[in-house]
Amino acid sequence: MSQATDTETEAQDLTLVQAVRDGLYGEMQRDDDVLVMGEDVGENGGVFRATQGLIEEFGDDRVIDTPLAESGIVGTAVGMAAYGLRPVTEIQFMGFIYPAFDQIVSHAARLRTRSRGRFTCPLVVRAPYGGGIRAPEHHSESKEAFFVHEAGLKVVIPSTPYDTKGLLASAIRDPDPVIFLEPKLIYRAFREEVPDEPYTVPLGEAAVRREGTDVSVFTWGAMTRPTMEAAENLAEEGIDCEVVDLRTLSPMDEAAIVESFKKTGRAVVVHEAPKTGGLAGEIIATIQEDVLLYQEAPINRVTGFDTPYPLYALEDYYLPEAARIEDGIRETVEF
Amino acid sequence: MTNQGSLGDDASDRVQVLDDAGHVLEGASVPDLPDEQLVEMYRQLWLARHFDERMISLQRQGRIGTYPSLAGQEGAQIASTHAMADEDWISFQYREHGAVIVRGLEPEYLLYWMGHERGNEWLAEKNVFPLNISIAGHLPHATGMAWAAKLKGDDRIVTCHFGDGSTSEGDFHEALNFAGVFDVPAIFFCNNNQYAISHPRERQTASPTIAGKADAYGIDGIQVDGMDPLAVYEVTRQAVRKARDPADEQCRPTLIEAVMYRFGAHTTADDPSVYRDDEEVEEWKERDPIPRMETFLRQRGLLDDERIDAIQEAARERVADLIDAAEEFEPDPGQLFANAYESDTPRIREQREAFRALRERHGDEALLEDE
Ligand SMILES: Cc1ncc(C[n+]2csc(CCOP(=O)(O)OP(=O)(O)O)c2C)c(N)n1
Ligand SMILES: [Mg+2]
Repeated sequence: MSQATDTETEAQDLTLVQAVRDGLYGEMQRDDDVLVMGEDVGENGGVFRATQGLIEEFGDDRVIDTPLAESGIVGTAVGMAAYGLRPVTEIQFMGFIYPAFDQIVSHAARLRTRSRGRFTCPLVVRAPYGGGIRAPEHHSESKEAFFVHEAGLKVVIPSTPYDTKGLLASAIRDPDPVIFLEPKLIYRAFREEVPDEPYTVPLGEAAVRREGTDVSVFTWGAMTRPTMEAAENLAEEGIDCEVVDLRTLSPMDEAAIVESFKKTGRAVVVHEAPKTGGLAGEIIATIQEDVLLYQEAPINRVTGFDTPYPLYALEDYYLPEAARIEDGIRETVEF
Repeated sequence: MTNQGSLGDDASDRVQVLDDAGHVLEGASVPDLPDEQLVEMYRQLWLARHFDERMISLQRQGRIGTYPSLAGQEGAQIASTHAMADEDWISFQYREHGAVIVRGLEPEYLLYWMGHERGNEWLAEKNVFPLNISIAGHLPHATGMAWAAKLKGDDRIVTCHFGDGSTSEGDFHEALNFAGVFDVPAIFFCNNNQYAISHPRERQTASPTIAGKADAYGIDGIQVDGMDPLAVYEVTRQAVRKARDPADEQCRPTLIEAVMYRFGAHTTADDPSVYRDDEEVEEWKERDPIPRMETFLRQRGLLDDERIDAIQEAARERVADLIDAAEEFEPDPGQLFANAYESDTPRIREQREAFRALRERHGDEALLEDE
């Protein structure tokens, strides 16, 4: 990639997964304490090629192929982080994060509190999440809510190549543990101009992807695309949607949610995770606490179903797509 | 068993009956099996190999999803399953199609790979637990099932298949530890195919062998040539007998490390040329279980060219029929909501209804439209 070979260009068109790789590269160059570890991340370059070529560049002390053990990966990373390194762990798919769940919630998230700040845990756990790629069982879930529920963790989900590189840099430089979930459905869906130089996109700030006046639609990650598609379709019917991509789910950009809702008085939340216990509930409660008196209609949730994620033959029925999102928005607007 | 307990790095510790060419090794004893059963194993080896080739090509054509290839590893699963009773439970990872073939391949098995839960449902009819993708998670289940059989006084045993990579997960340790402490009738069958995706066996564990790990749990460990069906049969048979009916001082559980190689890619989504050389693959192909069994059976006068042709032809026909039958399956999208619980919760009932209305409003085409 460009940094290694080409000093002329200052930006290039990258896919989202290339932006992950580019972000890792930039941060590893900036800071010798940053290292990458996980299953198949070295010679193989990661099963999605998110770490491609890094081992040639930085060697196998900083790009570490580990045994097949997620608890081992995150647990040893907690120790490394406490010692002063900045490990970026890769969990091959979000569905395989659970062997490491204890290390994440009982240790990474609490080390700062338990030691009153004497020890910290500046580590990143990267994992591709979400459905729609005809993958085998356990390869398609979106369980961001588990991690948002845990104090001490930050949770980030980018939806564009530019944001991916900038948010990943912020996550790596952040003094606390960050769960960085990558929407693999759109890993290669489109390209965007990404500067060669490292830069940051701050954690905790939402982005308005489309300004509108009739209804606020809150979403993130891979759902941003069908939501934008729905918004454009509805524009033809005269419904003007504001689409807000939250980008960081913890801490959530409450100010952006409130500001948008004050303008529109109506909202829909779109996520592919199941409805019950999903983050739509948290967003809606925030609106009710802060700006109830602006509300003009019930707030809709367009989400995955409350069933285990199906094998791939039925997954397209499971995932919200433009038609389902449009229905949800229409219902709220026409209330 | 020839080797119980501690195993070193010494290749002579590895149980083998056939040499790489398929001749019976000096001093090795051939398992006492009827001729028909030996030929049946050979027939199943071919069925498995041919099934594998067809599944890979179906995946390329977009007719099935991601598929893990079995080629090179068939001998271990087919022979070990022959050593078990049909009532005994099998729990496997995802690559062990050979075990299913012995229990009787039907179109339903293909449905799993076509993205339908029906495939897993059907396995139960063959005393096979739903296959396991979340690595090593099924090992404690196998211990628990074997333990339950013991508590209930049944004489069924459980064989659990998993890979070399799986031995690094915490669940491997916990399953074998419990198995040792509670002395359960379980066989832990490690298909050591030298890689976990790209990660080589030597970097998975610093132990010289996987079988040697059994020592730590106070159970028996044994290493066998996993591409020698006769050796695998014999080792498994003894482990089964010991699990069911241990002699004084014998423990029930056994860890079998079957040493083998995966000829193809990890799955249809993998490119092995990134992490291994063709030369290495060619070297291992010298030990291919199919020609080895063939040589052995020819020498016994049980196979000739004509019979081999007929076996291959039958395998081709059989697989073609299975594919045709499986492709007729039409899933009911409403099945999305089935079996999350025994009976629908209020929310699921509500969502089931909303889903029905959504399909009615838009038609399936609009809902399935690609992003
Ligand atoms: C808990 C978990 N982590 C990671 C993965 C991703 N993954 C799928 S197969 C595999 C390698 C498994 O290797 P091994 O156990 O040796 O079995 P093999 O595929 O070689 O038969 C990995 C890492 C997974 N399925 N489950
Ligand atoms: Mg393996």
